[in-house]
Amino acid sequence: MDWMNQAAISAEKSDAVFFYVFGLSVVFLIFITALMIYFVVRYSKKRNPVASQIDGHVGLEIVWTVVPLVLFLSIFYYGWTNYEYMSQAPRDAMAVKVTARQWSWSFEYPNGKQSKVLFAPLGKPMKMEVRSADVVHGFFIPSFRLKIDAMPSRTNTTWFQATKVGSFDIQCTVICGVDHSLMLSKVIVVPEEEFKAWYFGGENAPEPGKTLPLPATPDPKDLPRGLALMTANSCLDCHSVDGKPMVGPTLLGLYGKQQQVLVGATLKTMIVDEAYLRRAITNPMDEVVRGYPPAMPEASFTPQELDEVVSYIKTLK
Amino acid sequence: MSTHAATAQPSYLVDTGTRKGLVAWLTTTDHKRIGLLYLYSMMTFFFVAVGIGFVMRLVQLTTFQKLITAQTYNALFTVHGVIMIFLFVVPGLPAIFGNFFLPILIGAKDVSFPRLNLASWYFFMAGAILAVLSLFTGGGAPDTGWTFYAPFSLKTGTNVSLAVFAAFILGFSSMLTGINFITTIHRLRAPGMQWFRMPLMCWALYSTAWIQLLATPILAITLALVILERFFGIGIFDPAKGGDPLLYQHLFWIYSHPAVYIMILPAMGAISEILPTFAKRPIFGYKAIAFSSMSIAGVGSLVWAHHMFTSGMSGTALMLFSLLTMIVAVPSAIKVFNWVSTLYKGSIDFQPPLLFALTFIFLFCIGGLTGVMQGALAINVHIHDTYFIVGHFHYVMFGGTGMALFAALLYWFPKMWGKMYSKKAIYLSWFPMFIGFNMLYFGMMILGMMGMPRRYYVHLPQFHTMHVITTVGSWFLILGLLMFFGALLYAIFKGEKAEDNPWGGVTLEWTIPSPPPLENFEEIPTITRGPYHFEQEGK
Repeated sequence: MDWMNQAAISAEKSDAVFFYVFGLSVVFLIFITALMIYFVVRYSKKRNPVASQIDGHVGLEIVWTVVPLVLFLSIFYYGWTNYEYMSQAPRDAMAVKVTARQWSWSFEYPNGKQSKVLFAPLGKPMKMEVRSADVVHGFFIPSFRLKIDAMPSRTNTTWFQATKVGSFDIQCTVICGVDHSLMLSKVIVVPEEEFKAWYFGGENAPEPGKTLPLPATPDPKDLPRGLALMTANSCLDCHSVDGKPMVGPTLLGLYGKQQQVLVGATLKTMIVDEAYLRRAITNPMDEVVRGYPPAMPEASFTPQELDEVVSYIKTLK
Repeated sequence: MSTHAATAQPSYLVDTGTRKGLVAWLTTTDHKRIGLLYLYSMMTFFFVAVGIGFVMRLVQLTTFQKLITAQTYNALFTVHGVIMIFLFVVPGLPAIFGNFFLPILIGAKDVSFPRLNLASWYFFMAGAILAVLSLFTGGGAPDTGWTFYAPFSLKTGTNVSLAVFAAFILGFSSMLTGINFITTIHRLRAPGMQWFRMPLMCWALYSTAWIQLLATPILAITLALVILERFFGIGIFDPAKGGDPLLYQHLFWIYSHPAVYIMILPAMGAISEILPTFAKRPIFGYKAIAFSSMSIAGVGSLVWAHHMFTSGMSGTALMLFSLLTMIVAVPSAIKVFNWVSTLYKGSIDFQPPLLFALTFIFLFCIGGLTGVMQGALAINVHIHDTYFIVGHFHYVMFGGTGMALFAALLYWFPKMWGKMYSKKAIYLSWFPMFIGFNMLYFGMMILGMMGMPRRYYVHLPQFHTMHVITTVGSWFLILGLLMFFGALLYAIFKGEKAEDNPWGGVTLEWTIPSPPPLENFEEIPTITRGPYHFEQEGK
């Protein structure tokens, strides 16, 4: 079955504890349920017309305090020691900077290479240094049983060592806005030689794992600079440039258009000019276009990049 | 058990003062009427939130997504959570059955501060109305989830401030009720009602009241800080201004984890009342149950950070909070063993309240055991923030508190309205409810193990089959709920007259008429023995 796929050592460590607790739980639940049903039948009013007036039993109270305590402590200990292993990266692990932002993931490797999906060599430890550029996100790889929150205030780390070649889902687990459920990526695990060929192969090296299904990413070199900037900052996840309706208003024909915007709770009508475009990108919550959710994150462009984005939007007529 | 004279006071349901009808109800200071005010308002909110849950499940059958956008979906799960937590599960049992039965169970005429009690209900309603307003004003319904995590809750343009202010007001209702109950239990016990002669429901309400009083102010302060930060940018939680989002999570869960015990302790109290009545014998291990309530309230205040195992806290903090989480599971296990042992050598009269009480034990065991799974760090890393959590807390909140509330409603229904419902209709409603419940929430836990994150508008294709199964389960569950409440509503208007003591209970509420008279007791009783004393006279 696909869904209990164990694709990293961490998955084996986590599942071992899970099956231990699951086994204990099943035994306990069956015991309690069977006992309840047996008592209800055996001591029904018909079979047992007079109840015995029993107040309690100190010995039994001690037994069912101590036995669960010991079992719970064993669960704690097993869970903790395996977690220690899952969270402490070995020293030779390759450190990858993971950046989460509304609503995309990006990965930067020690030599400065960047990617939108995470490439990882089979059987080699990879350390994830996870950070958010805006709100709290969660970095989750189900097949590795691995999760760490991406905080804007600190870098959190975790690590994995993949044991299977393949493509595995990465999902965001902390509600972060309108496209939370589209904040997806993949880990592509490939044999070490293939990973090295890409990692050391310079800018033009083909991405590893081409045989595996990958999300299509346009080559930024072929695009106008403004469009490339917007693609890189996930603007186009919510705004179309061809008039298609999406989460946010389309950018086609936006410049010069008459628009109704909400400032706080009051409605204002205005003509979209360059000043508005700049404000809408840098402070998107101040004036929200009527009929659209107030959900756009602040973009972090340099002044020069902002000029290029605005002048590109002006060309969309 | 003296017979009550026919000249006794009129029932609390009859207007005796100068005010009549709705006005009399809205200005009442009678704890029983206030209990019913809470009941009627809460059941309304409950069904609104059930309806929202129904729509959310339909969205997961992807064909429905043309009607509901991603933004609306995010608002739906936020509102579902806010209503269910703050307007139903947290105040549920204490405000309804605590108000109605606490004074009767300890032999008092009312709570210590009847006017404050009515004020609490008005705070509750004010909070509820503000919560509803937040959906339709400003930037639209909040979309952060009921946890309002910073900095997203600071940045979103939706109406978070008003929703958070509503929760702030609701907190006052909770605190004032807590003060009222603590004072009532300390000061108004009938002569001879020593601490260890109190019914266990009172112990549960007592420990709950302390948590309400001590933990709720922290939530109020936290929410006030969110509002200040949104309006004035004071930079407590926003890292861009030097704040720390982790601080928000700590402050939020310092209240919201104990709140889980506010929700479950009164439920445990109600179960401890129901079991002896139908087993016709004393509860097994009275003191063990009473002390386990108090220790849950105590240790339960020290485990909040197990909601934050993936937030990047230090290893030492993780280890300690995981350890404490395991320890707080022990008193719950003690209660389960004592409840089951209460059936041993009883003379069991199987009635609808007992069926729901036993259903509570079964579902609560699943909820508790899956809670232990999450307390184990190595497992938590996988299931944190997935559907596993959603399934788990519905087992505890709905399978636990919800089923106990239903059991309590069935148990005390004849006392509260003086009418009896159709037992057959209730048994019939149990089947779709039980089957649907487990399809829905066990299905969710399987989804979580598969790696389905919570609060997702669209899901990856590998999760679709399980989403269909859980959605069908939700239909059965709702069918059961409608049958259940249909039968009870019918009984309020058309039910047969109930006896004063239909179940053969021995606690004080069964010694007075159904429905109870205005001041509960003709004469304040003198208590000479423990609460569950079934032995025949003369033995």
